Amino acid sequence: MPERKVIVESQVGLHARPAATFVQTAAKAPIDVTVAKPGGSPVSAKSILSILALDVRHGEAIVIHAEGEGADRLLDELVAIVSAP
Amino acid sequence: MERLTGAGVSPGAGYGPAYVMGGAVPEPAAGSRHDDDPVGETARAEAAVERVAVELEARGEAVGGDAQDVLATQAMIARDPALSADVAALIDAGTSAERAVYEAFMRYRDVLSEIGGYLGGRVTDLDDIRDRVIAELTGVPMPGLPSGDPSEPYVLVARDLAPADTALLSPEIVAAFVTEAGGPTSHTAILARAMGVPAVVACAGAGTIVNGTYVLVDGTTGMVGLVPSEEEVAATLHVAKEREAILAASSGGPGATSDGRPVALLANIGGPRDMRAALRYGAEGVGLYRTEFLFLDREDAPSEEEQMAAYREVLTAFPGAPVTVRVLDAGADKPLGFLPAPGHEPNPALGERGLRILRAYPDVMMGQLRALARAAEGTSARLHVMAPMVADAQEAAWFAGACEEAGLTSAGVMIEIPAAALRAAELASVVDFFSVGTNDLAQYTLAADREVGGLTRFQDPWQPVLLDLVAMAASAGVPCGVCGEAGSDPALACVLAGLGVTSLSMGAPALPWARAALARHTLAQCQAAATAARAARSAEDARAAARAHLPGLAQLSV
Repeated sequence: MPERKVIVESQVGLHARPAATFVQTAAKAPIDVTVAKPGGSPVSAKSILSILALDVRHGEAIVIHAEGEGADRLLDELVAIVSAP
Repeated sequence: MERLTGAGVSPGAGYGPAYVMGGAVPEPAAGSRHDDDPVGETARAEAAVERVAVELEARGEAVGGDAQDVLATQAMIARDPALSADVAALIDAGTSAERAVYEAFMRYRDVLSEIGGYLGGRVTDLDDIRDRVIAELTGVPMPGLPSGDPSEPYVLVARDLAPADTALLSPEIVAAFVTEAGGPTSHTAILARAMGVPAVVACAGAGTIVNGTYVLVDGTTGMVGLVPSEEEVAATLHVAKEREAILAASSGGPGATSDGRPVALLANIGGPRDMRAALRYGAEGVGLYRTEFLFLDREDAPSEEEQMAAYREVLTAFPGAPVTVRVLDAGADKPLGFLPAPGHEPNPALGERGLRILRAYPDVMMGQLRALARAAEGTSARLHVMAPMVADAQEAAWFAGACEEAGLTSAGVMIEIPAAALRAAELASVVDFFSVGTNDLAQYTLAADREVGGLTRFQDPWQPVLLDLVAMAASAGVPCGVCGEAGSDPALACVLAGLGVTSLSMGAPALPWARAALARHTLAQCQAAATAARAARSAEDARAAARAHLPGLAQLSV
């Protein structure tokens, strides 16, 4: 199943503007997308509050999971957002 | 009128009816339930959320820029799908829409505030969105600002302000800001200064101000007056206007008494970044350039080249003007990463600090002196170099010798230790100038630690004994400046001039006040004020006695 593990390179972590861009991108897709810390429980990538509450800091890893039509392309986009410093 | 006090963070005075914001939306009662129509109730909640999100986006579009991004994120939070799922589940279980919204928001609020830091700061945003949705649902007035233009500008009173509150404000709408929380760097303070609207933050008791109460705000002094009389309003607004006029009229030109005795007005700076303010307020030069910023918080000593660049930046900004540089002032409370850790000192103020450390590590000092000499080459500024924490003539002579060896032409010492003031004549025979540091001189003279809050009365620069010591230093035969904040009190500036002080150095914004006070008095008046102050037996009496000889201060309304 389509899943990516990626290190968050943004200096502010997955907060503020990177979090907003991330959620906006996920929300546009018609399929389910989740984010988790490795070993943690997944939350919806379309929920800004859930993403903020994950409290992902700069340099931490996250696992993004999506299923359905266009999942791979969407995951590429999301990985690009969190990999940008 | 009843008075509250806070921190004035944006100068000027404002008057108008209070518009009390926030806290206006009551918490929906716990256990409140709907009429067994979960579908209709959920639709009601979703419609309210959508109206709030649209309103936030509209506000963002009206302002643009960074504020638009902030407000767009708030709209996103309002529409959060996890939040609406929580709300729907609560409604399905029978909870009313407003209570469901409240409880759903509280879950995230608790998580974010527990994480703290950046996210803890977002809690205010979350509360704001929650209250807007609940206000939509319950029909109570929307928190935040009244829509439409008010009939007269109001005084905005709040616990603290969020970006959504302030995006659409202008000076035509708001006469002043008063907040119970916040500090000089809070959102409110920054916004108020940018708008040119008076503001008082950290105002205890602001929460008790009732909506519609007429409020008078002085953003210079931090005074907030409730239900003032017409006379009180007129007087405060008049003083603020006068202050503005004086500031505008006296922001340039050399400092002097009305009969022409020059008293150079100089700026205290902590690095090149403070130069802009110094120039804006008409500083005639620099009276105290603290150089610690080059040395603290680093593992290795700054190179002579790096130092030279920082010194030259300031010297070239003041062509033909005096620039007095104080060599490194470190101590057990300000340790240096590149020197061996100092031993534990039970009282760092009386320990190995200032020139005492430099005598232990002369290489550090010689490097700094050489960098200063090289920085001055090819500039027209008049470079003076002085040492902190000098106790006697022997130390002063050692420092002056080192300056000479480095090729510096003007070497001086700070007068901070009573011993140095009492033997000022001896020190004057080996150095070129003095600079009195009133803050440390008070600490050492009155044996009262500057850091101990309960001893602040001993830090009063009007203590007659301090004036005695300044008089000794000022009459020792070399130019003598004062670089403590004492000079920023306009009355004290006149007294110091009367004692024979030749320059006053202070934080740049205070310079226009000192300039205006000196220009309204003759040297004879300043001398009479100084004599009267020294004859007093307490700081309070000294202040009052001096003012009796300084009639021009009344025109300054200070």
